[in-house]
Amino acid sequence: MAVPKRKMSRSNTRHRRAQWKAAVPALVACDRCREPKLGHVACPSCGTYNRRQVLEV
Amino acid sequence: MPKPTKGPRLGGSPAHERLMLANLATSLFEHGRITTTEAKARRLRPVAERLITKARRGDLHARRQVLAVIRDKGVVHTLFTEIGPRFENRPGGYTRITKIGPRRGDNAPMAVIELVEALTVQQEAVGEAEAATKRAVKEDATKKSAKEAAGEEALKGLEKPESAEEDHTSEQTAAATSESQAEGDNGENSDKG
Repeated sequence: MAVPKRKMSRSNTRHRRAQWKAAVPALVACDRCREPKLGHVACPSCGTYNRRQVLEV
Repeated sequence: MPKPTKGPRLGGSPAHERLMLANLATSLFEHGRITTTEAKARRLRPVAERLITKARRGDLHARRQVLAVIRDKGVVHTLFTEIGPRFENRPGGYTRITKIGPRRGDNAPMAVIELVEALTVQQEAVGEAEAATKRAVKEDATKKSAKEAAGEEALKGLEKPESAEEDHTSEQTAAATSESQAEGDNGENSDKG
């Protein structure tokens, strides 16, 4: 079985992990409460989608 | 014949998927709206709508077919006495899926699937009118495309009568005029050749 020949240095580990970046989600303003929300998804703050109440808040 | 769903079943095996969809459909008809994962909601929608169509038919055969899926007799009764008549004049599309974002814990995309409201008289009239205009437009389009196809083929015949593939193009014109549907393909072939 193939195994690593050398221990991975802390530097290499940290360089690799420094590339793990979170992407900013593209948000849109809610139709009704103007809160930022995900597109095509019911607003989590007022619970509406297309001005229709979907969730009770 | 309906095309079978590709890829893995919900829950791993076909039997497990059948059971899960039956239970989801039972809950949907019992409560009117349920919150589930988006994948399950999307698989549930055609199953539930077929059951509602059977409920609209309302005869004994349909009821037995529904009972084979939904084993709760009370739910089948409400389906046939309340939900079926409610959608009497709606031509399909009895459910609505609204995405409500990812779930805490496993980040699964969740959705609400619910039975839509009965059509109002106004909506019904609008739907009928739209269907009528759509039909009229479609008929117009087919007539027009047939006419255009005939015109184009005639022009092509005029443009290259002394080309080497004369008999070939004339064959194509004959084929195209005989079938207006296939005219697009024949046009492409003549361009290449």
